[in-house]
Amino acid sequence: MMNGPAPETLLSLRGLTKTFGTFKANDSVDLEIRPGEIHALLGENGAGKSTLVKMLYGALQPDAGTIVWRGEEVTVPNPAHARHLGIGMVFQHFSLFEALTVAENIAVALPGDIPLRKIAADLERVSKEYGLPLKANARVYDLSVGERQRIEIVRCLLQQPDLIIMDEPTSVLTPQEVDQLFKVLRQLSSEGKAILYISHKLEEVRALCERATILRHGKRVGDCVPNAETAASIARMMVGADIHEVRPARHDVDRSNPLLSLKGVTMDARDTFGTALKDVSLDLYAGEIAGIAGIAGNGQTELFDVISGERLAGRPEQVMLLGRPIGHADISQRRAMGAVFISEERLGHATVPTLTLSENVILTRYRVNSGLKSGPFLNRGKAKSLLETITATLDVRKSAPDPAAQALSGGNLQKFIIGREVLEDPRVIVVNQPTWGVDAGSAARIRQALIDLAESGAAVLVISQDLDELFEFTDRLAAIAEGRLSEFEPVAKTNRNAIGLKMSGIFAGDEEAAQ
Amino acid sequence: MIEAILLTIVTASTPLLLAAIGELVVERSGVLNLGVEGMMVMGAVGGFLGMMWTGNPFIGAIVGILFGMALSALFGFLVLSLATNQYATGLALTILGLGLSGLLGEAYVGRSAIRMPALDIPVLTDLPIIGRLVFGQDLIFYVSIALVIGVAWFLFSTKQGLTLRAIGDNHASAHALGIKVIRYRYLAVLFGGGCAGLAGAYLSLVYTPQWAENMTAGRGWIALALVVFASWRPARVLAGAYLFGAVSIGQLHAQALGIAIPSQLLTALPYLATIVVLVIISQNRRLTMINTPASLGKSFVPDR
Repeated sequence: MMNGPAPETLLSLRGLTKTFGTFKANDSVDLEIRPGEIHALLGENGAGKSTLVKMLYGALQPDAGTIVWRGEEVTVPNPAHARHLGIGMVFQHFSLFEALTVAENIAVALPGDIPLRKIAADLERVSKEYGLPLKANARVYDLSVGERQRIEIVRCLLQQPDLIIMDEPTSVLTPQEVDQLFKVLRQLSSEGKAILYISHKLEEVRALCERATILRHGKRVGDCVPNAETAASIARMMVGADIHEVRPARHDVDRSNPLLSLKGVTMDARDTFGTALKDVSLDLYAGEIAGIAGIAGNGQTELFDVISGERLAGRPEQVMLLGRPIGHADISQRRAMGAVFISEERLGHATVPTLTLSENVILTRYRVNSGLKSGPFLNRGKAKSLLETITATLDVRKSAPDPAAQALSGGNLQKFIIGREVLEDPRVIVVNQPTWGVDAGSAARIRQALIDLAESGAAVLVISQDLDELFEFTDRLAAIAEGRLSEFEPVAKTNRNAIGLKMSGIFAGDEEAAQ
Repeated sequence: MIEAILLTIVTASTPLLLAAIGELVVERSGVLNLGVEGMMVMGAVGGFLGMMWTGNPFIGAIVGILFGMALSALFGFLVLSLATNQYATGLALTILGLGLSGLLGEAYVGRSAIRMPALDIPVLTDLPIIGRLVFGQDLIFYVSIALVIGVAWFLFSTKQGLTLRAIGDNHASAHALGIKVIRYRYLAVLFGGGCAGLAGAYLSLVYTPQWAENMTAGRGWIALALVVFASWRPARVLAGAYLFGAVSIGQLHAQALGIAIPSQLLTALPYLATIVVLVIISQNRRLTMINTPASLGKSFVPDR
């Protein structure tokens, strides 16, 4: 399809500028990508990465500057045209349709009218080739975050692009899956396809990317060869200052009285594509941070639901909170006892997207924080002042004093959610995917808040798919696979490989049983 | 006797089916047009006027379709281009349609129409019981059946139908993929208007071939309920339309036979049935999610 020698430069952006009102989201940004190159685009949340990429993908129009694609100046009026040019994108905020099947989600994004049967076959081939298992007839509504991301990736690959934009593609994959994906990306790169790789995971960028462009406050502040730098030196370029180092709590934990216990909890899957819990037991003690690793869709949602009270356990005494059976208590009763729960779904579960932040403060706290009520009425002033405290303590960046939850970026919204719950001084806190899709600076702040809470004597349970995170700040680790929970082990006595194996469902007990 | 009852059921059901299948497409695209009653009554007056002007009931039907589409175009401009509230706009549309149709048709009240001729195929039409039922209907009846099949095929077997369902599920995602959300919705709304217009024309050209003010008598609302009752599926709309049609006819016959069922109860039956279906669907979040167009009734403003 390509005639003559391959051009030296596949894509070059010159002086790209985009202004929203008075805010310059992108200020004269230059970027060059060569064919077959894996190029990192780095920057904190709000640095302008998304804006830049949206202009490239035709979702936004630049105010100034030019896009040169294969040596010719082009305009990209819409995403369909971008795909026609050969620019594909894997979205961070998924662009999937929940009521449709996997195959339909792919068909709707592909040009032309391809029969679903052929899509299903292509899907199977590509997911096998790249190790991204997917069922063509599953409804997206029933799939986990991780599985949804696989659809995005496969959908992009099926479009045969020359440049693939990947926005945080690995945030929900296991180490093994990440390795597999990197193999795929390197293979694509050797086939001459370029990849623009947006990530906050600097170690990943160092391992994968040949060059990096760094944005800060909408401006390009530098280029580097990630391999020649350290994660810390890259982070310094991104933030413009040293990143706050997370300081793990290291003190002895009294393991006589657990604050939270599960005893042999068995529970049906939430829906046909969920995962049933099988005989799950755990004890969580004051002052510790326990972590549960696992690939998305292995029962984490069900586990979180049964602890938080969204679904009730079979018998009350199967869930014990502060020594009392609460398996049949509702979520407010559990909160009133000093437990807080942070769901993985930030918009729609942890917050109501269209309500303002102060209203979202009221929603989870009005029963426990008496200051939020005055007689039969809500005290909105108090809610706003609480919001100010949360904002200041966790450095939540927002565009207005009290914006709607959906107006915040992922990282800032998560800081708000964590702050809202942590500032109530809970005795027990359960967090599902605390830093998914959150930038390095915000993630560090969130982890530090959880560490500080554990040091003050609370029990912290973190469910996460990010092994780096779990190894960075938890004390004990277990893995969940197909609804079964492994034994917890001290972090110092285990390693990524061992946990990775457990995440794929191979537990110590099984090996003994097999022998 | 049985044949006569079945025939009246068909004529009672066809306008419900037409209006509902159109509204189904509209709602599948994520737009809720509560103005079905208004569009339908405009179709009725349009059909009658067209027939009076030309003496041809077929041209009347086309004028009816155009009247329904004109009203839906106004609705589309308001809710799609100006992003007004869909519920309020739809209700206003019904009120406008009822008033406007009364004004346009004032001079024609009480005059009778030329009834649209029915199909007559020798031998086939003369078959006992099913003959007139299957081979002796008017053109609009066959159109209504073809529309159900066509809509089902379009929604579930074509790329454009898939795209329409995707828009109804999540217009923001569709926009991110570069799908022309507003254009699709305009076409869906116009289709819905045309179907409602034809349903109205059926009333004034076939069902009771004359014009009377408010002659739709709430059928637009039943059609709206029917779409929900059918959980947005074309085949179930067909079944539901005939069920509701049969109930309304059964009510008349029951009265004639002196069976003591309060007619109010039977009139309320479609709505009761719809509530029952809604309760059943809502029991299971997954059923709700998969059946209900998730962006139904929400305004969409592209972010650029």
